[in-house]
Amino acid sequence: MSSTTASVTKVRTASAGISGDVIFAAAAKAAGIFVLVLLGAIIVSLLIGGMPAFIAFGPGFLTNADWDPVQQIFGGAVPIYGTLLTSVLALAMAVPLAFGIAFWLTELAPVWLRRPVGTAIELLAAVPSIIYGMWGFFMIVPFMSEYFQPIVIDWLGDIPLIGGLFQGPPFGTGVFTASLLLAVMIIPFVAATMRDVFMTVPAVFKESAYGLGCTTWEVMRAIVLPYTRVSVVGGIMLGLGRALGETMAVTFVIGNTNRIATSLFGPGNTIASLVALEFPESPAGSLKLSALLALGFILFVISFIVLAVSRMLLKPRAN
Amino acid sequence: MSATMAASGAARNTAVAEKLANRRRRSNRTVEALCLAATVIGLAFLAMILGTLLYLGMQGLSLSVFTEATKPPGSHGGLLNAIVGSLIQTTIGTLVGTPIGLLVGTYLAEYAQNSRLGNAVRFVSDVLLSAPSILIGLFVYSVLVRPFGGFSGIAGCVALAVIVIPIVVRTTEDMLRLIPVSLREAAVALGAPKWKMIVLICYRAALDGIATGVLLAVARVAGETAPLLFTSLGNLNWSLDITQPMSSLPVTIYQYAGSAFDDWVQLAWVGALLITFGVLAINVVASVVLRPRQ
Repeated sequence: MSSTTASVTKVRTASAGISGDVIFAAAAKAAGIFVLVLLGAIIVSLLIGGMPAFIAFGPGFLTNADWDPVQQIFGGAVPIYGTLLTSVLALAMAVPLAFGIAFWLTELAPVWLRRPVGTAIELLAAVPSIIYGMWGFFMIVPFMSEYFQPIVIDWLGDIPLIGGLFQGPPFGTGVFTASLLLAVMIIPFVAATMRDVFMTVPAVFKESAYGLGCTTWEVMRAIVLPYTRVSVVGGIMLGLGRALGETMAVTFVIGNTNRIATSLFGPGNTIASLVALEFPESPAGSLKLSALLALGFILFVISFIVLAVSRMLLKPRAN
Repeated sequence: MSATMAASGAARNTAVAEKLANRRRRSNRTVEALCLAATVIGLAFLAMILGTLLYLGMQGLSLSVFTEATKPPGSHGGLLNAIVGSLIQTTIGTLVGTPIGLLVGTYLAEYAQNSRLGNAVRFVSDVLLSAPSILIGLFVYSVLVRPFGGFSGIAGCVALAVIVIPIVVRTTEDMLRLIPVSLREAAVALGAPKWKMIVLICYRAALDGIATGVLLAVARVAGETAPLLFTSLGNLNWSLDITQPMSSLPVTIYQYAGSAFDDWVQLAWVGALLITFGVLAINVVASVVLRPRQ
């Protein structure tokens, strides 16, 4: 690669295309710098927009659970908590399924089925967020309130300690339904990443384990998973990054209440759903709009950290 | 005596080994069954979503959906302005974002490689790829909508372009890196300057891969709702003026699905059917028609 570059440079000086070369290289570099500026501008614009709220409420903005447009008191504790809770719950549901799908697609499925099924799972990621929201609202929510939640409340609601998580009226909407929908949405991302990293395991490693008489599951547990552990966590973090900022699907089904519910079936909100819902009622220049932008800034910081860690873990190994 | 003991010991060992083998076989079968179940669950969700869209969307599908604009509830409107608005914004957004993304991808693959600036650009582009789209909407609102006095189709296009860029960057860089060095050397040996080598040889060789990236970007932004809420806002009247608020399918679906009117909800299902099958068709074309040549 570097030898080509050197030879290209040598030839270039002799050719008539030198001005074209300079222009093209400058344009490419300018475009690269433009992307850096773009990210910087996103961060700065959210920070500036959120400044009035940060100044008015100080660090208490992060811990205050009030959202009171009448008294002009805005705190971000509930949506921040809701964002983290729904995303983590979604991961807890999505990761086992995504692992199963990735394992099946790489080791167990008949070869002729791998591509079509893999494509179908990828299509799950292509369905727009708004469609998940609408489908969740008209299909999952009624199912939850009529069948799933009453049964679970009857069954688990009276158990001490954990029972509190499964109490309350079965509205159908709420934190649990939102997490379930998020889980379906991030399964394809996590499964695709896991499948790709499972395929990087050298065949020799697996064959030697099979040669010793290992079963498929033992090869997965003792060879493939240890070899790909770091990247698998990276893929999970990528799914987490996706879940944190998901807007439309969550807005439809989470119930949109600014209260920390003790029950998983209770309503709540997330940063993204609060911003989407409250934005139309926030006039330009108001403290409320500033509070929304400040929440946007916080969401950006959280997603940035998660995505940065994910990328570091997914970086191909040096050898 | 000792012989019989050895024999019984061997028998015991065989029995233990068999028990162990059975247990391993059983756990293997259990895991295999669970993995199959996971895949079936994943596919079932896709089937349920598509089935619901087909069943409820088909009921409202008629010619008037494509010939009439959105109207007040009860007067049998269509989705024409939303469809046209989506087409306009997706097209302009893609046309603006693609060249920038292409240049960035070229810079990463051909010029920067592993320089510090290159790694920074690559990292930032990957973060943008997965960054919440609602924040891109808020960003464009802050820099374009608020200072220039109002929601507009242009702002919507810009928001979509920002989403297009990192998708095109990723595929362009990946595809350019796959091009063999010998091909580049052949071009350079003929006296081509580097930019001609890139544009005439590398782009052409990577064309189907780059086209896949652009198609995936189109599919992604065509269904985006959150960034448009704060930029092009949506418009229930017929309007082709991109300096004014502009309708789009996803935003119209959002407004109609949450409404209390049955005919609006019905139209929302039709819109959902159109957008989903449009997006899925683009994805299938991208992965089935274009990908195998790589």
